[in-house]
Amino acid sequence: MAGGREIKSKIKSTQNMRKVTRALEMVSASKIRKAQDLMKASRPYARAMRKVVAHVAHASTDFNHPFLTEREDVARVGYIVVTTDRGLCGGLNSNLFRRLLPAIREWQDKGVQVDVVAIGQKAVQFFRRIKGVNLIGSTTHLGERPKIEQLIGVIKVVLDTYSAGGLDRVYLAYNDFVNTMTQRPTIDALIPLPLVAAEMEATEGRTGAEMPNWPVAGLKLEQTHDWDYLYEPDAATVLDHVLNRYVESVVYQAVLENLASEHAARMVAMKSASDNASKVIGELTLSYNKARQAAITQEISEIVGGAAAV
Amino acid sequence: MSTIRCDIVSAEAEIFHGEAVMVVATGELGELGITPRHAPLITRLKPGHIDVVLEGGERQQFYVSGGILEVQPQVVTVLADTAARAADLDEAAAQRAKKEAEDALANRTDAEDIAQAQAKLAQALAQLQALERMRKNLKH
Repeated sequence: MAGGREIKSKIKSTQNMRKVTRALEMVSASKIRKAQDLMKASRPYARAMRKVVAHVAHASTDFNHPFLTEREDVARVGYIVVTTDRGLCGGLNSNLFRRLLPAIREWQDKGVQVDVVAIGQKAVQFFRRIKGVNLIGSTTHLGERPKIEQLIGVIKVVLDTYSAGGLDRVYLAYNDFVNTMTQRPTIDALIPLPLVAAEMEATEGRTGAEMPNWPVAGLKLEQTHDWDYLYEPDAATVLDHVLNRYVESVVYQAVLENLASEHAARMVAMKSASDNASKVIGELTLSYNKARQAAITQEISEIVGGAAAV
Repeated sequence: MSTIRCDIVSAEAEIFHGEAVMVVATGELGELGITPRHAPLITRLKPGHIDVVLEGGERQQFYVSGGILEVQPQVVTVLADTAARAADLDEAAAQRAKKEAEDALANRTDAEDIAQAQAKLAQALAQLQALERMRKNLKH
Protein backbone atom coordinates (compact mmCIF):
# COMPACT_ATOMS: atom_id res chain seq x y z
CA MET A 1 0.00 0.00 0.00
CA ALA A 2 3.01 2.36 -0.35
CA GLY A 3 1.52 3.92 -3.50
CA GLY A 4 -1.74 4.37 -1.69
CA ARG A 5 -0.23 6.44 1.08
CA GLU A 6 1.57 8.68 -1.36
CA ILE A 7 -1.60 9.28 -3.31
CA LYS A 8 -3.44 10.03 -0.10
CA SER A 9 -0.97 12.74 0.90
CA LYS A 10 -1.26 14.21 -2.59
CA ILE A 11 -5.02 14.32 -2.25
CA LYS A 12 -4.63 16.04 1.10
CA SER A 13 -2.34 18.74 -0.25
CA THR A 14 -4.54 19.32 -3.28
CA GLN A 15 -7.50 19.72 -0.96
CA ASN A 16 -5.58 22.32 1.03
CA MET A 17 -4.71 24.15 -2.14
CA ARG A 18 -8.35 24.15 -3.17
CA LYS A 19 -9.25 25.68 0.18
CA VAL A 20 -6.84 28.54 -0.48
CA THR A 21 -8.02 29.18 -4.03
CA ARG A 22 -11.66 29.02 -2.92
CA ALA A 23 -10.95 31.59 -0.21
CA LEU A 24 -9.15 33.88 -2.66
CA GLU A 25 -12.00 33.52 -5.09
CA MET A 26 -14.57 34.55 -2.51
CA VAL A 27 -12.46 37.44 -1.24
CA SER A 28 -12.11 38.79 -4.77
CA ALA A 29 -15.81 38.33 -5.45
CA SER A 30 -16.66 40.61 -2.57
CA LYS A 31 -13.95 43.10 -3.48
CA ILE A 32 -15.23 43.48 -7.04
CA ARG A 33 -18.39 45.04 -5.66
CA LYS A 34 -16.44 47.55 -3.61
CA ALA A 35 -14.20 48.43 -6.53
CA GLN A 36 -17.24 48.93 -8.73
CA ASP A 37 -18.80 51.19 -6.12
CA LEU A 38 -15.62 53.25 -6.09
CA MET A 39 -15.76 53.51 -9.86
CA LYS A 40 -19.34 54.65 -9.66
CA ALA A 41 -18.58 57.17 -6.93
CA SER A 42 -15.82 58.80 -8.94
CA ARG A 43 -17.91 59.17 -12.07
CA PRO A 44 -19.78 62.40 -11.22
CA TYR A 45 -16.47 64.19 -10.69
CA ALA A 46 -15.08 62.90 -13.98
CA ARG A 47 -18.25 63.93 -15.76
CA ALA A 48 -18.21 67.42 -14.25
CA MET A 49 -14.51 67.72 -14.97
CA ARG A 50 -14.98 66.71 -18.58
CA LYS A 51 -17.66 69.34 -18.99
CA VAL A 52 -15.52 72.08 -17.48
CA VAL A 53 -12.48 71.10 -19.56
CA ALA A 54 -14.55 70.99 -22.72
CA HIS A 55 -15.81 74.50 -21.96
CA VAL A 56 -12.46 75.88 -20.93
CA ALA A 57 -10.64 74.34 -23.88
CA HIS A 58 -12.94 76.07 -26.33
CA ALA A 59 -13.44 79.31 -24.52
CA SER A 60 -11.80 82.08 -26.48
CA THR A 61 -8.65 82.87 -24.60
CA ASP A 62 -5.48 84.03 -26.25
CA PHE A 63 -3.49 81.94 -23.81
CA ASN A 64 -2.31 78.63 -25.22
CA HIS A 65 -1.70 75.86 -22.74
CA PRO A 66 0.91 73.20 -23.61
CA PHE A 67 -1.66 70.44 -22.94
CA LEU A 68 -3.86 71.87 -25.66
CA THR A 69 -1.23 72.18 -28.37
CA GLU A 70 0.02 69.19 -30.27
CA ARG A 71 3.74 69.15 -30.99
CA GLU A 72 4.73 68.13 -34.48
CA ASP A 73 8.09 66.51 -33.81
CA VAL A 74 7.83 63.66 -31.39
CA ALA A 75 11.18 62.98 -29.76
CA ARG A 76 10.07 61.43 -26.48
CA VAL A 77 6.87 59.76 -25.41
CA GLY A 78 5.71 58.83 -21.95
CA TYR A 79 3.58 55.94 -20.79
CA ILE A 80 1.73 55.81 -17.51
CA VAL A 81 1.32 52.09 -16.90
CA VAL A 82 -1.25 50.93 -14.37
CA THR A 83 -0.92 47.36 -13.12
CA THR A 84 -1.69 45.37 -10.00
CA ASP A 85 0.61 45.00 -7.03
CA ARG A 86 0.05 41.30 -6.63
CA GLY A 87 -0.10 38.35 -8.95
CA LEU A 88 -2.53 35.41 -9.06
CA CYS A 89 -4.83 37.32 -11.37
CA GLY A 90 -4.54 35.29 -14.54
CA GLY A 91 -3.10 36.98 -17.59
CA LEU A 92 -4.24 40.45 -16.59
CA ASN A 93 -0.85 42.12 -16.37
CA SER A 94 0.86 40.06 -19.04
CA ASN A 95 -1.92 40.85 -21.52
CA LEU A 96 -1.35 44.54 -20.90
CA PHE A 97 2.42 44.18 -21.29
CA ARG A 98 1.90 42.18 -24.47
CA ARG A 99 -0.04 45.08 -25.96
CA LEU A 100 2.35 47.66 -24.59
CA LEU A 101 5.64 46.17 -25.69
CA PRO A 102 5.07 46.34 -29.48
CA ALA A 103 3.92 49.95 -29.11
CA ILE A 104 7.07 50.80 -27.19
CA ARG A 105 9.29 48.96 -29.67
CA GLU A 106 7.63 50.79 -32.53
CA TRP A 107 8.52 54.14 -30.97
CA GLN A 108 12.05 52.97 -30.33
CA ASP A 109 12.46 51.85 -33.94
CA LYS A 110 11.56 55.37 -34.96
CA GLY A 111 14.29 56.66 -32.69
CA VAL A 112 11.85 57.96 -30.10
CA GLN A 113 12.88 57.77 -26.47
CA VAL A 114 10.29 56.09 -24.23
CA ASP A 115 9.80 57.10 -20.61
CA VAL A 116 7.58 55.09 -18.30
CA VAL A 117 5.82 55.86 -15.07
CA ALA A 118 4.77 52.74 -13.21
CA ILE A 119 1.74 52.47 -10.97
CA GLY A 120 1.72 49.08 -9.25
CA GLN A 121 4.43 46.65 -8.28
CA LYS A 122 4.06 44.47 -11.38
CA ALA A 123 4.81 47.37 -13.70
CA VAL A 124 7.89 48.29 -11.66
CA GLN A 125 9.16 44.72 -11.84
CA PHE A 126 8.44 44.48 -15.54
CA PHE A 127 10.10 47.71 -16.63
CA ARG A 128 13.12 47.04 -14.51
CA ARG A 129 13.88 44.18 -16.89
CA ILE A 130 13.09 46.01 -20.12
CA LYS A 131 16.09 47.61 -21.75
CA GLY A 132 16.02 51.06 -23.31
CA VAL A 133 13.00 52.20 -21.34
CA ASN A 134 13.44 54.96 -18.82
CA LEU A 135 11.52 54.52 -15.57
CA ILE A 136 11.00 58.08 -14.36
CA GLY A 137 8.58 57.55 -11.52
CA SER A 138 6.64 54.89 -9.69
CA THR A 139 4.13 54.34 -6.96
CA THR A 140 3.02 51.04 -5.49
CA HIS A 141 0.75 49.57 -2.81
CA LEU A 142 -2.30 51.68 -3.43
CA GLY A 143 -4.49 49.29 -1.46
CA GLU A 144 -8.18 48.58 -1.80
CA ARG A 145 -9.25 52.21 -1.70
CA PRO A 146 -6.80 54.14 -3.85
CA LYS A 147 -6.68 57.80 -2.94
CA ILE A 148 -5.95 60.49 -5.43
CA GLU A 149 -3.13 61.84 -3.25
CA GLN A 150 -1.24 58.59 -3.78
CA LEU A 151 -1.13 59.42 -7.46
CA ILE A 152 -0.28 63.12 -7.27
CA GLY A 153 3.46 62.45 -7.19
CA VAL A 154 3.72 60.30 -10.30
CA ILE A 155 1.32 62.47 -12.25
CA LYS A 156 3.28 65.58 -11.37
CA VAL A 157 6.48 63.95 -12.58
CA VAL A 158 4.86 63.32 -15.96
CA LEU A 159 3.16 66.68 -16.29
CA ASP A 160 6.25 68.62 -15.25
CA THR A 161 8.36 66.71 -17.74
CA TYR A 162 5.78 67.30 -20.42
CA SER A 163 5.49 71.02 -19.72
CA ALA A 164 9.27 71.34 -19.73
CA GLY A 165 9.37 69.74 -23.18
CA GLY A 166 10.86 66.46 -21.96
CA LEU A 167 7.88 64.52 -23.30
CA ASP A 168 5.88 65.20 -26.43
CA ARG A 169 3.08 62.73 -25.91
CA VAL A 170 1.76 60.84 -22.94
CA TYR A 171 -0.22 57.62 -23.07
CA LEU A 172 -2.09 55.81 -20.36
CA ALA A 173 -2.09 52.00 -20.25
CA TYR A 174 -4.46 50.08 -17.98
CA ASN A 175 -7.01 47.30 -17.96
CA ASP A 176 -10.48 48.51 -18.78
CA PHE A 177 -13.16 46.77 -16.73
CA VAL A 178 -15.80 45.65 -19.21
CA ASN A 179 -17.48 43.07 -17.00
CA THR A 180 -16.48 40.30 -14.64
CA MET A 181 -15.45 38.00 -17.47
CA THR A 182 -13.80 40.58 -19.71
CA GLN A 183 -11.04 43.05 -18.98
CA ARG A 184 -9.65 44.89 -21.95
CA PRO A 185 -5.98 45.97 -21.99
CA THR A 186 -6.20 49.56 -23.12
CA ILE A 187 -3.71 52.17 -24.24
CA ASP A 188 -5.19 55.63 -24.49
CA ALA A 189 -3.66 58.97 -25.33
CA LEU A 190 -3.62 61.27 -22.30
CA ILE A 191 -2.03 64.53 -23.41
CA PRO A 192 -2.05 66.62 -25.55
CA LEU A 193 -5.83 66.79 -25.70
CA PRO A 194 -6.16 67.27 -29.49
CA LEU A 195 -4.38 63.93 -29.89
CA VAL A 196 -6.86 62.36 -27.51
CA ALA A 197 -9.79 63.65 -29.52
CA ALA A 198 -8.16 62.51 -32.78
CA GLU A 199 -7.50 59.00 -31.48
CA MET A 200 -11.03 58.81 -30.15
CA GLU A 201 -12.40 59.47 -33.60
CA ALA A 202 -9.89 57.17 -35.29
CA THR A 203 -10.84 54.18 -33.16
CA GLU A 204 -14.08 53.01 -34.60
CA GLY A 205 -16.77 51.67 -32.34
CA ARG A 206 -15.45 53.48 -29.33
CA THR A 207 -17.82 56.36 -29.05
CA GLY A 208 -18.71 58.28 -25.94
CA ALA A 209 -21.93 56.35 -25.48
CA GLU A 210 -20.12 53.02 -25.32
CA MET A 211 -17.43 54.26 -23.01
CA PRO A 212 -19.14 56.04 -20.18
CA ASN A 213 -16.04 55.67 -18.03
CA TRP A 214 -13.69 57.48 -20.29
CA PRO A 215 -13.79 61.13 -19.32
CA VAL A 216 -12.58 62.46 -22.63
CA ALA A 217 -15.12 60.67 -24.78
CA GLY A 218 -17.24 63.14 -26.60
CA LEU A 219 -14.81 65.97 -26.09
CA LYS A 220 -14.95 67.89 -29.31
CA LEU A 221 -12.19 70.38 -29.56
CA GLU A 222 -13.34 72.27 -32.62
CA GLN A 223 -16.53 73.40 -30.94
CA THR A 224 -16.46 77.10 -30.06
CA HIS A 225 -18.34 79.36 -27.74
CA ASP A 226 -19.58 82.86 -28.18
CA TRP A 227 -19.12 83.52 -24.49
CA ASP A 228 -16.21 83.22 -22.14
CA TYR A 229 -15.76 82.73 -18.43
CA LEU A 230 -14.72 85.35 -15.97
CA TYR A 231 -11.43 83.96 -14.75
CA GLU A 232 -10.23 84.51 -11.22
CA PRO A 233 -7.39 85.30 -10.85
CA ASP A 234 -6.55 84.93 -14.58
CA ALA A 235 -7.09 82.54 -17.47
CA ALA A 236 -3.61 81.03 -17.49
CA THR A 237 -3.63 80.08 -13.80
CA VAL A 238 -7.13 78.66 -13.86
CA LEU A 239 -6.58 76.76 -17.09
CA ASP A 240 -3.40 75.22 -15.77
CA HIS A 241 -5.13 74.21 -12.56
CA VAL A 242 -8.15 72.74 -14.33
CA LEU A 243 -6.08 70.74 -16.81
CA ASN A 244 -3.86 69.34 -14.08
CA ARG A 245 -6.87 68.22 -12.08
CA TYR A 246 -8.38 66.81 -15.23
CA VAL A 247 -5.37 64.61 -15.94
CA GLU A 248 -5.36 63.48 -12.32
CA SER A 249 -8.99 62.48 -12.53
CA VAL A 250 -8.40 60.51 -15.75
CA VAL A 251 -5.50 58.60 -14.22
CA TYR A 252 -7.46 58.03 -11.03
CA GLN A 253 -10.32 56.55 -13.03
CA ALA A 254 -7.88 54.27 -14.83
CA VAL A 255 -6.53 53.07 -11.49
CA LEU A 256 -10.05 52.27 -10.31
CA GLU A 257 -10.84 50.45 -13.56
CA ASN A 258 -7.68 48.46 -13.13
CA LEU A 259 -8.55 47.64 -9.53
CA ALA A 260 -11.94 46.29 -10.52
CA SER A 261 -10.27 44.36 -13.35
CA GLU A 262 -7.74 42.92 -10.93
CA HIS A 263 -10.39 41.49 -8.64
CA ALA A 264 -12.49 40.20 -11.51
CA ALA A 265 -9.48 38.53 -13.12
CA ARG A 266 -8.38 37.05 -9.82
CA MET A 267 -11.84 35.70 -9.13
CA VAL A 268 -12.02 34.00 -12.51
CA ALA A 269 -8.47 32.66 -12.25
CA MET A 270 -9.07 31.31 -8.77
CA LYS A 271 -12.38 29.78 -9.79
CA SER A 272 -10.73 27.82 -12.56
CA ALA A 273 -7.92 26.88 -10.19
CA SER A 274 -10.48 25.53 -7.72
CA ASP A 275 -12.23 23.63 -10.49
CA ASN A 276 -8.95 22.14 -11.64
CA ALA A 277 -8.11 21.16 -8.08
CA SER A 278 -11.45 19.39 -7.81
CA LYS A 279 -10.73 17.54 -11.03
CA VAL A 280 -7.29 16.51 -9.82
CA ILE A 281 -8.74 15.34 -6.51
CA GLY A 282 -11.28 13.24 -8.39
CA GLU A 283 -8.59 11.60 -10.50
CA LEU A 284 -6.34 11.00 -7.50
CA THR A 285 -9.20 9.48 -5.52
CA LEU A 286 -9.90 7.14 -8.40
CA SER A 287 -6.30 5.98 -8.64
CA TYR A 288 -6.13 5.71 -4.84
CA ASN A 289 -9.15 3.41 -4.85
CA LYS A 290 -7.66 1.40 -7.69
CA ALA A 291 -4.38 1.04 -5.83
CA ARG A 292 -6.21 -0.03 -2.71
CA GLN A 293 -8.28 -2.53 -4.67
CA ALA A 294 -5.16 -3.91 -6.31
CA ALA A 295 -3.44 -4.25 -2.93
CA ILE A 296 -6.41 -6.13 -1.46
CA THR A 297 -6.66 -8.42 -4.48
CA GLN A 298 -2.95 -9.13 -4.27
CA GLU A 299 -3.18 -9.86 -0.56
CA ILE A 300 -6.08 -12.27 -1.05
CA SER A 301 -4.32 -14.10 -3.87
CA GLU A 302 -1.22 -14.34 -1.73
CA ILE A 303 -3.23 -15.83 1.15
CA VAL A 304 -5.01 -18.21 -1.18
CA GLY A 305 -1.74 -19.15 -2.82
CA GLY A 306 -0.15 -19.63 0.60
CA ALA A 307 -3.08 -21.80 1.78
CA ALA A 308 -2.88 -23.93 -1.36
CA ALA A 309 0.82 -24.46 -0.82
CA VAL A 310 0.20 -25.77 2.68
CA MET B 1 -37.97 82.34 -5.99
CA SER B 2 -35.67 81.10 -8.72
CA THR B 3 -33.02 78.54 -7.92
CA ILE B 4 -29.69 77.44 -9.30
CA ARG B 5 -28.55 73.85 -9.59
CA CYS B 6 -25.58 73.06 -7.39
CA ASP B 7 -23.27 70.06 -7.78
CA ILE B 8 -20.47 69.44 -5.31
CA VAL B 9 -18.30 66.51 -6.35
CA SER B 10 -14.90 65.20 -5.37
CA ALA B 11 -12.82 62.65 -7.24
CA GLU B 12 -13.80 59.98 -4.74
CA ALA B 13 -17.47 60.70 -4.14
CA GLU B 14 -20.45 62.86 -4.97
CA ILE B 15 -20.96 65.19 -2.03
CA PHE B 16 -24.10 67.19 -2.80
CA HIS B 17 -26.43 67.93 -5.61
CA GLY B 18 -29.66 69.83 -5.61
CA GLU B 19 -31.33 73.18 -6.10
CA ALA B 20 -30.06 76.17 -4.17
CA VAL B 21 -31.03 79.78 -3.74
CA MET B 22 -27.49 80.87 -3.13
CA VAL B 23 -24.07 79.25 -2.92
CA VAL B 24 -21.33 80.91 -0.90
CA ALA B 25 -17.74 79.79 -1.49
CA THR B 26 -14.26 81.00 -0.71
CA GLY B 27 -12.59 81.79 -4.00
CA GLU B 28 -8.95 82.57 -4.42
CA LEU B 29 -9.65 86.30 -4.56
CA GLY B 30 -12.26 86.33 -1.81
CA GLU B 31 -15.72 85.18 -0.85
CA LEU B 32 -18.23 84.64 -3.60
CA GLY B 33 -21.99 84.55 -3.33
CA ILE B 34 -23.51 82.88 -6.34
CA THR B 35 -27.21 83.42 -7.06
CA PRO B 36 -29.19 82.31 -10.12
CA ARG B 37 -28.23 83.90 -13.46
CA HIS B 38 -24.71 84.66 -12.34
CA ALA B 39 -22.26 85.38 -15.15
CA PRO B 40 -20.11 82.41 -16.23
CA LEU B 41 -17.12 82.32 -13.94
CA ILE B 42 -14.36 79.91 -13.11
CA THR B 43 -12.03 80.20 -10.16
CA ARG B 44 -9.86 78.22 -7.85
CA LEU B 45 -11.10 77.64 -4.32
CA LYS B 46 -9.22 78.18 -1.12
CA PRO B 47 -9.61 75.66 1.69
CA GLY B 48 -12.79 76.64 3.46
CA HIS B 49 -16.53 76.22 3.75
CA ILE B 50 -19.09 76.11 1.02
CA ASP B 51 -22.50 77.24 2.20
CA VAL B 52 -25.48 76.13 0.19
CA VAL B 53 -28.66 78.04 0.98
CA LEU B 54 -31.60 75.86 0.06
CA GLU B 55 -35.10 76.97 -0.74
CA GLY B 56 -36.82 77.88 2.52
CA GLY B 57 -33.66 79.29 4.03
CA GLU B 58 -32.11 76.05 5.22
CA ARG B 59 -28.31 76.10 5.06
CA GLN B 60 -25.96 73.24 4.36
CA GLN B 61 -22.26 73.54 4.97
CA PHE B 62 -19.46 71.61 3.34
CA TYR B 63 -15.77 71.77 3.89
CA VAL B 64 -13.42 71.60 0.93
CA SER B 65 -9.65 71.61 1.00
CA GLY B 66 -9.49 73.45 -2.29
CA GLY B 67 -10.74 72.84 -5.77
CA ILE B 68 -12.39 74.53 -8.69
CA LEU B 69 -15.64 76.48 -8.80
CA GLU B 70 -17.39 76.71 -12.14
CA VAL B 71 -20.41 78.94 -12.50
CA GLN B 72 -22.87 79.02 -15.34
CA PRO B 73 -26.15 80.93 -15.27
CA GLN B 74 -28.16 77.85 -14.21
CA VAL B 75 -25.50 75.57 -12.69
CA VAL B 76 -22.79 75.84 -10.07
CA THR B 77 -20.23 73.05 -10.07
CA VAL B 78 -17.72 72.59 -7.28
CA LEU B 79 -14.90 70.21 -8.12
CA ALA B 80 -13.54 69.62 -4.64
CA ASP B 81 -10.07 68.34 -3.86
CA THR B 82 -9.99 65.48 -1.41
CA ALA B 83 -6.41 65.98 -0.39
CA ALA B 84 -4.67 68.91 1.20
CA ARG B 85 -2.85 70.40 -1.74
CA ALA B 86 -0.04 72.85 -1.83
CA ALA B 87 2.73 73.42 -4.35
CA ASP B 88 5.49 72.15 -2.05
CA LEU B 89 3.42 69.15 -0.91
CA ASP B 90 2.90 68.20 -4.55
CA GLU B 91 6.57 68.73 -5.24
CA ALA B 92 7.49 66.45 -2.36
CA ALA B 93 5.15 63.79 -3.72
CA ALA B 94 6.77 64.06 -7.13
CA GLN B 95 10.22 63.69 -5.59
CA ARG B 96 9.04 60.60 -3.74
CA ALA B 97 7.69 59.05 -6.92
CA LYS B 98 10.99 59.66 -8.67
CA LYS B 99 12.97 58.27 -5.80
CA GLU B 100 10.80 55.19 -5.63
CA ALA B 101 11.56 54.50 -9.27
CA GLU B 102 15.29 55.05 -8.77
CA ASP B 103 15.30 52.76 -5.75
CA ALA B 104 13.42 50.13 -7.68
CA LEU B 105 16.05 50.29 -10.40
CA ALA B 106 18.98 50.31 -8.01
CA ASN B 107 17.99 47.28 -5.94
CA ARG B 108 17.52 44.20 -7.99
CA THR B 109 17.59 41.35 -5.50
CA ASP B 110 14.44 39.78 -4.13
CA ALA B 111 15.29 40.11 -0.44
CA GLU B 112 15.93 43.77 -0.95
CA ASP B 113 12.68 43.99 -2.88
CA ILE B 114 10.75 42.81 0.13
CA ALA B 115 12.56 45.13 2.51
CA GLN B 116 12.03 47.92 0.02
CA ALA B 117 8.36 47.13 -0.25
CA GLN B 118 7.95 47.10 3.52
CA ALA B 119 9.81 50.37 3.88
CA LYS B 120 7.67 51.91 1.18
CA LEU B 121 4.55 50.66 2.88
CA ALA B 122 5.61 52.13 6.21
CA GLN B 123 6.48 55.38 4.49
CA ALA B 124 3.15 55.48 2.71
CA LEU B 125 1.28 54.86 5.95
CA ALA B 126 3.20 57.61 7.69
CA GLN B 127 2.37 59.99 4.85
CA LEU B 128 -1.27 59.09 5.00
CA GLN B 129 -1.34 59.68 8.73
CA ALA B 130 0.36 63.03 8.33
CA LEU B 131 -2.12 64.07 5.69
CA GLU B 132 -5.02 62.88 7.82
CA ARG B 133 -3.76 64.88 10.76
CA MET B 134 -3.25 67.91 8.58
CA ARG B 135 -6.75 67.66 7.27
CA LYS B 136 -8.16 67.38 10.79
CA ASN B 137 -6.24 70.46 11.84
CA LEU B 138 -7.60 72.34 8.87
CA LYS B 139 -11.12 71.41 9.81
CA HIS B 140 -10.89 72.77 13.35
